[in-house]
Amino acid sequence: MIRTKTVKRPELNLWEKLYFPEVFRGVLLTSKHFFKNLTLHAFHAIGLFRKIAAAVTIQYPEQLWKLPGRSRTRHRLTKREDGSPRCVACMMCETVCPARCIYIVAEEHPDPNIEKRPKSFDIDLGKCVYCGFCVEACPEDAIRMDTKILDIAAYSREEMKLDMNELLNPTIAKAISAKP
Amino acid sequence: MTHLVIQAVLAATVLFFVFNLAALHTWMERKQSALMQDRIGANRAWIVFPRWLAPLNWLLRSFNVLGLFHPIADAIKMFTKEDYIPPKGDKFLHTLAPCLSLFFALVGFAAIPFGNTIEVGGHVINLQVANINVALLYIFAVASMGVYGVVLAGFSSNNNYAVLGGLRASSQMLSYEIAIGLTVMGIVMIYGSLNLQELVRAQGHYLFGWLPLWGFVVQPIGFLLFIAAGIAETKRIPYDAPEGESEIIGYFVEYSGMKFGMFYFTDYLETIMIASLATTLFFGGWQVPYLTQAGFQFPWGAAFALAPLTVSILQILSFVMKVLFFCWLFMAIRWTLPRFRYDQLLKLGWHYMFPLALANVFITALILLMVPK
Ligand code: SF4
Ligand code: SF4
Repeated sequence: MIRTKTVKRPELNLWEKLYFPEVFRGVLLTSKHFFKNLTLHAFHAIGLFRKIAAAVTIQYPEQLWKLPGRSRTRHRLTKREDGSPRCVACMMCETVCPARCIYIVAEEHPDPNIEKRPKSFDIDLGKCVYCGFCVEACPEDAIRMDTKILDIAAYSREEMKLDMNELLNPTIAKAISAKP
Repeated sequence: MTHLVIQAVLAATVLFFVFNLAALHTWMERKQSALMQDRIGANRAWIVFPRWLAPLNWLLRSFNVLGLFHPIADAIKMFTKEDYIPPKGDKFLHTLAPCLSLFFALVGFAAIPFGNTIEVGGHVINLQVANINVALLYIFAVASMGVYGVVLAGFSSNNNYAVLGGLRASSQMLSYEIAIGLTVMGIVMIYGSLNLQELVRAQGHYLFGWLPLWGFVVQPIGFLLFIAAGIAETKRIPYDAPEGESEIIGYFVEYSGMKFGMFYFTDYLETIMIASLATTLFFGGWQVPYLTQAGFQFPWGAAFALAPLTVSILQILSFVMKVLFFCWLFMAIRWTLPRFRYDQLLKLGWHYMFPLALANVFITALILLMVPK
């Protein structure tokens, strides 16, 4: 036998069924917010009480959200002391990447102690799913996702591809071409 | 001849204010809802001039920040959008419908008195575009004509959803028209006139010498019912089943561009109409408490003489303030309540509003019989 639990739905009492008092209560609540925020906005306009926020809105391009420390954002390649990429072109990240958006071409490293280095290292951000597997897979701590850069807006897919230079120097913001 | 000119000027003034207020309603809608929900609201339609006109930019800045140019952006968008007429629809009726809606929403304002008489250069001007003896009936008549626009819009679109929306709209508007007509009967019985100017003048008396005898004092139930039924007439939330923008698409699905804009504008105009009617019938119209034609006369004996022109300006301001208050209230209700289900809506109209309004009329009649004037 299947036991079922009957959930009793809340029934309206007479006062609530009259509807008008409840409407009044609702309008009172929203109006409280309205007048509180209106007063705060007025005070902000003359430079008072700036600390108390009148809205929860973040005006995006001008005002950025403070990202949590561990959030995964745009990739960067870390460098050795001499400024060359730490990457040894082991292809671990390229292999693990579920979106297959990392393209590495390896070449021999001039230093005999190091086997390989990347000749080119491209990531297609248009395909990347920001899973962070590449960071986890890297044995050399050569790739990280801690640049805190979120916006990859571009007018074409080509512009969403990052080459090795851009990955090594994440401060180079890719210029978005003016014409779509 | 001068009479005609005066009337034309009055009509132009009323139209100017009503149009601008309706356009500002789009701004009010955005900003008020934003403030009620702890947001900022639309503020990205900026008008910015090049560097060398910097002072102009400085002047426009507060308008920009407040988002006051969004209505203009809306208008530009509406006018430049493709005006689509469904190929199998009725082209003539499809174009006629929004015009009908807009026309009947506008002509009602002719009978609203927005001030007492003023004297300019020997002419006594009644601050009302058309002084109709049965103004109240006239307003309800044109308001109920507005339903033709809605039904025709649904009918001419060759779209089943639009037809259903039009039917929903017509049955809702007809049901609530009855309730709204009955709610104001109490007022008509007490003040004994259908002439709105007379009704407003009659509200200038005082109970016990200090309580203004405004409509909502003598007809509190009638007032509440009028507001409730009035919002239903404007087809806005919580009575927006005819439109149901978000999911159960309504009678103007097949409209785009400015024709859609006209329907939207009609909604705002109807809101203003109901606000003006509520002011006129229940909130003393242009009356300011204790203000007579000679100046303020307070019940505790103090008097304060004012020039006739100042008095008129105060009265007009009082009317505008009251209308704005009601617009604010309707907006607050619109952004607070959820929508009625359609059966609940008709049930509310026929099972509760209509009998209550009828009972209100009966009780008012009994009291009027028992209390001799
Ligand atoms: S984050 Fe994931 S999808 Fe993006 S490059 Fe790294 S492994 Fe590939
Ligand atoms: S896993 Fe690390 S070291 Fe290996 S190719 Fe990728 S970035 Fe270079």
